[in-house]
Amino acid sequence: MDTFLQQLVNGLTAGSVYAVVALGYTMVYGIIQLINFAHGEVVMIGAMVAFTVINALAAGGLPPLAVVLIGTLSAIPVCMVVGYAMERLAYRPLRRAPRLAPLITAIGVSIILQHLAMLVWSRNILAFPQIIQTQTYTFFGATISSVQIAIIGICIALMAGLALLVYRTPLGTAMRATAQNPQVAGLMGIDINRVIAATFVIGAALGAVAGVLYGTYYGIAQYTMGSILGLKAFSAAVLGGIGNIPGAMLGGVLLGLVEALGAGYIGDLTDLCSYGWLAGLMSERCADGGHFILFGSNYQDVFAFIVLILVLVFRPQGLLGERVGDRA
Amino acid sequence: MKAPVRVWAGIVLIGAALICLPFAFAYAGTAWVRIANFAVLYVMLALGLNIVVGFAGLLDLGYIAFYAVGAYVYALLASPQFGLHLPFWVILPIGAAVAALFGVILGAPTLKLRGDYLAIVTLGFGEIIRIFLNNLSRPVNITNGPQGITGIDPFTLGSFSFARPQSFLGLDFSGPIKYYYLLLALTIGVIVVNIRLQNSRIGRAWEAIREDETAARSMGIDTTHLKLLAFAMGASFGGLAGGMFSAIQGFISPESFVLVESIMVVSMVVLGGMGNIWGVIVGAVLLSFVPEILRWTVTPVQEALFGRMLVEPEVIRMLLFGLALVLVMLFRPAGLLPSAVRKRELAASGEAPLVDARV
Repeated sequence: MDTFLQQLVNGLTAGSVYAVVALGYTMVYGIIQLINFAHGEVVMIGAMVAFTVINALAAGGLPPLAVVLIGTLSAIPVCMVVGYAMERLAYRPLRRAPRLAPLITAIGVSIILQHLAMLVWSRNILAFPQIIQTQTYTFFGATISSVQIAIIGICIALMAGLALLVYRTPLGTAMRATAQNPQVAGLMGIDINRVIAATFVIGAALGAVAGVLYGTYYGIAQYTMGSILGLKAFSAAVLGGIGNIPGAMLGGVLLGLVEALGAGYIGDLTDLCSYGWLAGLMSERCADGGHFILFGSNYQDVFAFIVLILVLVFRPQGLLGERVGDRA
Repeated sequence: MKAPVRVWAGIVLIGAALICLPFAFAYAGTAWVRIANFAVLYVMLALGLNIVVGFAGLLDLGYIAFYAVGAYVYALLASPQFGLHLPFWVILPIGAAVAALFGVILGAPTLKLRGDYLAIVTLGFGEIIRIFLNNLSRPVNITNGPQGITGIDPFTLGSFSFARPQSFLGLDFSGPIKYYYLLLALTIGVIVVNIRLQNSRIGRAWEAIREDETAARSMGIDTTHLKLLAFAMGASFGGLAGGMFSAIQGFISPESFVLVESIMVVSMVVLGGMGNIWGVIVGAVLLSFVPEILRWTVTPVQEALFGRMLVEPEVIRMLLFGLALVLVMLFRPAGLLPSAVRKRELAASGEAPLVDARV
């Protein structure tokens, strides 16, 4: 039970970050049906910028929370610019092209961003300075740290803010209209280009915050962190139903839970010594509490892909998505 | 169709150049012969991927996984890892078949998906394979984990070994030169298969699927089976190339099969011209020599300008790749040497998802 609760807490933390990153994928997909492959790199750039600023200010004597806040606030505009430039230069000219074309440019943009980041920050891992005093709370045998609580809280706030923006403001209405039918939205006087650019910029801003949170949670940031995080978040978006904003939130949290619980239990589940008759066959290995673990927690990264493949095979529209006709 | 004299003359000239090439390279250094070998290996890989991406229009971002499967099959069956030393002509077909099987395993559940989803799933599949190769050293040591497998047998036929240098007709045939000819022969075989495929019933069906799957299905084309076939055939060429790679290197580890490699092969196909065999060959050769050219130019230039190396050639290579993908798609979407059909297809606006919203 302790393991279960603990993994639940960990999964919830990672999952809420996945959810915020997944929002970036799902918003862009919802509006122009493009998998913005480079979104993971935007998240990475957010983390790197914030960590650089935080490291520079860490010794300055400012209160730690202010330092982190300044770091995050400097990462957001950088990512917004990157997001805008990406849309303007690499995707907008290809909006009428066959589907494969923007996907290939997206891969190109992703490679460029990753290696530019490597030029700026080198291959070294940036560490988060120990400036925040973490407190841990114990309940029912599981521990939760103040950082985890903060991450979950901030993610919920971000998602609520985005929901307000999309469902309660003129820009949000324009975004939803463009997603439904761009031609008609254009005829109704909506500046489609502006709306699409705004979608990219908002997604990038969310990505920047997610990058800071993810980096803070694991204590490190590196130029390669974007690709695997991006893939997981994309899986989360697909799980929830791509193009669907509440779906991305649900998918992210679920994926985080699956991953944490999977990593927590796979070792025990695939320990052949815990199955009576198999243990008899391998009495040498299993004697005196020995183990014969087929798959350990080092397979953690596989879960996201397995979830992705299962969803695409059995419920391609995702949990909350509606079935749409083939538009290819 | 009769080929004019000029075409035959061209073929003979290119053939002569390809035969003399390794000796010219050997004059510059054995390292260059190895580089040429890798270029030919990449041509083989790119042609395999071209079947999937170029002919059938399915973007596969995890293609290197099949290359890995072929390489590991060879390594496990011809190295001290399990004490097995089967001859190469037994293992290469096994490797190709196992890779094809993996192609079907990947293809079967994903073929219902639209192109862009497929790309992500194949990417995930590539990562899964790599994670397994990295971790299948416990509890039973199969792949030897991140350390990889060493001491892989070179190709041998009786007493003839591809790894030993030999003198013949007064010419020195080093190991890499012998492999070069073997690779060249195999690659020509792959090219012939590709050309025959493209003009066959299957090739035309793939083209129809690529252009409009729904229309193809209503014309009576069995899209599911044909797409699976494309995956399996592409994968088997990848497996074949992987086996060769294993033997030539004598050492493999999961490090050789990272995502970047998949993207490199995709870049070759895209840059050269999806669906055009000659374009893909040009793309593969160009991109495999880029890193070497950069290594020889970037470092000295930077040292002359700044007195030290600021940017590693490796980083410049990746930046150029990324830039090439973007620029090719923006300005020459059909590639450097476009295939006629593909060009037509990409030029037509089709049913645009958006109004022309250019400012």
